[in-house]
Amino acid sequence: MDGKTFFVDLTKCTACRGCQVACKQWKKLPAEETVNRGSHQNPEDLSDKTIRLVRFQEQVIDGALHWLFFPEQCRHCVIPPCQMATYEEGSIIHDEATGAVIYTDLTAKESFEDIRDSCPYNIPRQDPETGIIYKCDMCIDRVRVGKLPACVQSCPTGTMNFGDREDMLKLAEKRLNEAREKYPEAQLVDPEDVRVIYLAGFAPELYYATLSAYADASPIRRSPMNKQQFLAKMNNPARRMTRA
Amino acid sequence: MTNHWIDIQNSDCVLIMGSNAAENHPISFKWVTRAQERGATLIHVDPRFTRTSAKADMYAGLRSGSDIAVLGGMIKYILDNDLIFKEYVVNYTNASFVVSKDYDFKDGLFSGYNPETRSYDKKSWAFETDAQGVPVQDASLKHPRCVYQLLKQHYQRYELDKVSAISGLSRDELLRLYKTYTATGKADKAGTIMYAMGWTQHTVGVQNIRCMAMIQLLLGNIGVAGGGVNALRGESNVQGSTDQCLLYHILPGYLKTPLVDEQTLEMHNTKYTPVSKDPKSANWWQNYPKYMNSLLKSMWQEATPADAYRWLPKLDNRNASEYAWLTLFDKMDDGQFKGLFSWGMNPACSGANSIKTRQALGKLDWLVNVNIFPNETGWFWEGPGMNPKEIKTEVFFLPCAVSVEKEGSVTNSGRWMQWRYKGPDAPNGQKPDGDIMYELMEEIRHLYTKEGGAYPEPITNLSWDAIATRGVFDAHKVAKLINGYFTRDVEIKGKVYKKGTLVPSFAFLQEDGSTMSGNWLYCHSYTEKGNMAARRDPSQTPEQAKIGLYPNWSWCWPVNRRILYNRASVDMQGKPYAPEKPVIQWDGAKWVGDVPDGGWAPGTKHAFIMRKHGHGQIFGPGRADGPMPEYYEPLECPVKSHPFSSQLHNPTAISFDDEQKAVCDPRFPFVGTTYRVTEHWQTGVMTRNQGWLIEAEPQVFVELSPELAQMRGIENGEKVMVDSLRGSIWAVAIVTKRMKPFAIQGVEVHQVGLPWHFGWTWPKDGGDSANILTPSVGDPNTGIPETKAFMVNVRKA
Repeated sequence: MDGKTFFVDLTKCTACRGCQVACKQWKKLPAEETVNRGSHQNPEDLSDKTIRLVRFQEQVIDGALHWLFFPEQCRHCVIPPCQMATYEEGSIIHDEATGAVIYTDLTAKESFEDIRDSCPYNIPRQDPETGIIYKCDMCIDRVRVGKLPACVQSCPTGTMNFGDREDMLKLAEKRLNEAREKYPEAQLVDPEDVRVIYLAGFAPELYYATLSAYADASPIRRSPMNKQQFLAKMNNPARRMTRA
Repeated sequence: MTNHWIDIQNSDCVLIMGSNAAENHPISFKWVTRAQERGATLIHVDPRFTRTSAKADMYAGLRSGSDIAVLGGMIKYILDNDLIFKEYVVNYTNASFVVSKDYDFKDGLFSGYNPETRSYDKKSWAFETDAQGVPVQDASLKHPRCVYQLLKQHYQRYELDKVSAISGLSRDELLRLYKTYTATGKADKAGTIMYAMGWTQHTVGVQNIRCMAMIQLLLGNIGVAGGGVNALRGESNVQGSTDQCLLYHILPGYLKTPLVDEQTLEMHNTKYTPVSKDPKSANWWQNYPKYMNSLLKSMWQEATPADAYRWLPKLDNRNASEYAWLTLFDKMDDGQFKGLFSWGMNPACSGANSIKTRQALGKLDWLVNVNIFPNETGWFWEGPGMNPKEIKTEVFFLPCAVSVEKEGSVTNSGRWMQWRYKGPDAPNGQKPDGDIMYELMEEIRHLYTKEGGAYPEPITNLSWDAIATRGVFDAHKVAKLINGYFTRDVEIKGKVYKKGTLVPSFAFLQEDGSTMSGNWLYCHSYTEKGNMAARRDPSQTPEQAKIGLYPNWSWCWPVNRRILYNRASVDMQGKPYAPEKPVIQWDGAKWVGDVPDGGWAPGTKHAFIMRKHGHGQIFGPGRADGPMPEYYEPLECPVKSHPFSSQLHNPTAISFDDEQKAVCDPRFPFVGTTYRVTEHWQTGVMTRNQGWLIEAEPQVFVELSPELAQMRGIENGEKVMVDSLRGSIWAVAIVTKRMKPFAIQGVEVHQVGLPWHFGWTWPKDGGDSANILTPSVGDPNTGIPETKAFMVNVRKA
């Protein structure tokens, strides 16, 4: 049993944002007060109330305009560095059956900076009032009763897929081969490391600086871990054992 | 849709033009994506690079309103390169028909034009007939007056350079578009068109669609899997409401609204029952009297159809310029209306020229606003520029149940009638629309009975209880009445049908009053076998599985036929042109696959059974503005002339002489268009009240190119003013490469676009409707306003 995994085929995403809304609906997360900032992407960024966000990016690639869409969420790392950054037992749970990385209310007792800086994808966000840290929990309540995560359930195009890791890896490989006909640069993003495997038609950094943990020079992370640091941390068996 | 949503997966080339399907019909992209996975090419032609363009294999930008130039150019390309599917064109279309000697076309005007009435006398557009009255045909397509030759002559002017100069597409883009799409002219290939308001909301809206329908006929793409002409409907039940006669010119099932000079039922039926002398023409509308009489019988069950006919309201004419939306509000603004029911609508934001619309509402004595939320229409009197003290209109707000709080059916774009069960009760005793209508009419009937009044008979004699059970509106009774009953014991083909049993299908409807049916097209939807629309059975035959056909899932008009004109998908022996994607096929004794367009043996009847002569109409002599589409500029445009004729605008377009139009007006130099976003619906009454949606699209915006932004000194994200001759609104500037200036006849023309989902009531800083900018001009056939191409200015706020 190798847990669960999402396969997200960005070549099919139309940015309909069904997943963004379905996430808020299932999680009963309130709407944020927003304004139009000259972009269709809204809210502007992830937050404690927006744990899933469709990012929009216009890029000119080889002289042609492309509009790249990236539904972002916690990647549910195979070996979650955020859990390694905790001090309080039970604040971050790594669910054995699914591999879901689940934050509990005890995260309020953690150092938010440590948790966020440990994340190569810059996902965790804190409620400024309670101190609790929020992010996607794989809809663990749904998954445990055999349902798909809300985002996957809502997706009309086949962008969002979810299932046993083995099956998702197979699907990802299959789709990668198909996609390469139209997108010669297509690649699976960090497939070994995460349980949310994106298929990107173009270089990941064209979608967003931290779509991949291995993208160079991320301007977003305040205290970025480089690739070596990240891998070192993940591969630290002692640290991992203390959390197991 | 001639086809249906799932069927898009069968296409080899999907053209999306006049639509932004990925954003406005997101679920459609399930099937578009599937077609692409199977190797189909997706082309998007649109003024703006949208989420649809982002997924397309080819995108080309065109200036709003120039579609007929591009499509006319495609017809020329097809004919010049002889890319027609000839067997199909000869057998199934009217390409071979010979047109009257009197037909003429000169410099943008067809024969028969009367400048006084701005309309055509269509006599000279008729087909030549032989002594028996059958159209003269030349299967060689060489007769100089045959449709094929007239078509060639007509579109000879649509040269590549001219099309490019007026549309903004480059020569290369045009050639790539033409080459890719016309490759579907092969027998086993299918191309489909997905269009929406980007085509309809023009003064040439109907001709935009006609032009594409002609292309589809020339390429043999109608009746086949993965083909057709597919209108993506803007509301879940707009197909259903049209079928049930939402519009002024039709009765349920597309029967004609009577005119005053059709004094008797016989006069009416004779006028609208076509007669064909061609034994191979099924001429389905020959059944008109059966459908009309059954409709009358469903409304007035105690009367004979002839008596009931006298009670139907009658129009002076059936002109859109007289009865359609724009004119209603123009007359309202002139004080010609006392009251208005605005039911599930928000005209203060949805109609073109919103300031005029809102002003017109103030001329009413009363206004009843039935909706699920307060809206700009019901509260128009406290809107911008209004002084409540000066407005006399008395407004009533009736909050009603939402769709999930009531039972009934919706008919989707693919003509599927889908039954929905009721979820929770509506709060606070709010009632479904059907209950409100039933009770309202009960009271009106009571008052007419008690107090009399002018001509009470149509109302007092109405069989109103037929839609209720013990005084409560009953959706099942309505659905059964729409299907229809036998009114007495009738024997048909040796079988006796008892009085009060449901009619099995419209083939059983009668002229003599022995059947009633509220809508012949839906006769077969609720039979003695049960409520067909409620079926959810995915079973299918192996042939049906090949094309994603689910005949036991819901129900589809007519008679559960999923692909219209499917007799044109096979050759004269009944063999499918695309054997891998067969819609129907003749197994030697019967048809298998979809429900065929009539069960006759192959080759014995013409394929297009709804046409009098049985052929798809490349030459269409029935439209208000000509038998073949011709290029005209929008009524507001950035050019003084175009390359195809000296007739700048559609000479029959609906417009009001006292309202100015901006043509090459330096005050309004930019082309404007309106559209929708995924996150909002219509005027936003439902979605602006939904936090997660307003979070994603919180404010009205205007999208413009970096070039235009630089010219006007506009920064991305700042509030700007957008002005037209009708009014001004603020909007947040989205400066994006997805908008680009067009080279039009050597001049750089900028285009901007805005969504029309917003209104002044809510949210607080959301902005107002983009329809404040749009003009009261419309298509002569339908009256639909030209809100997709008009002229504006954009400036710093």
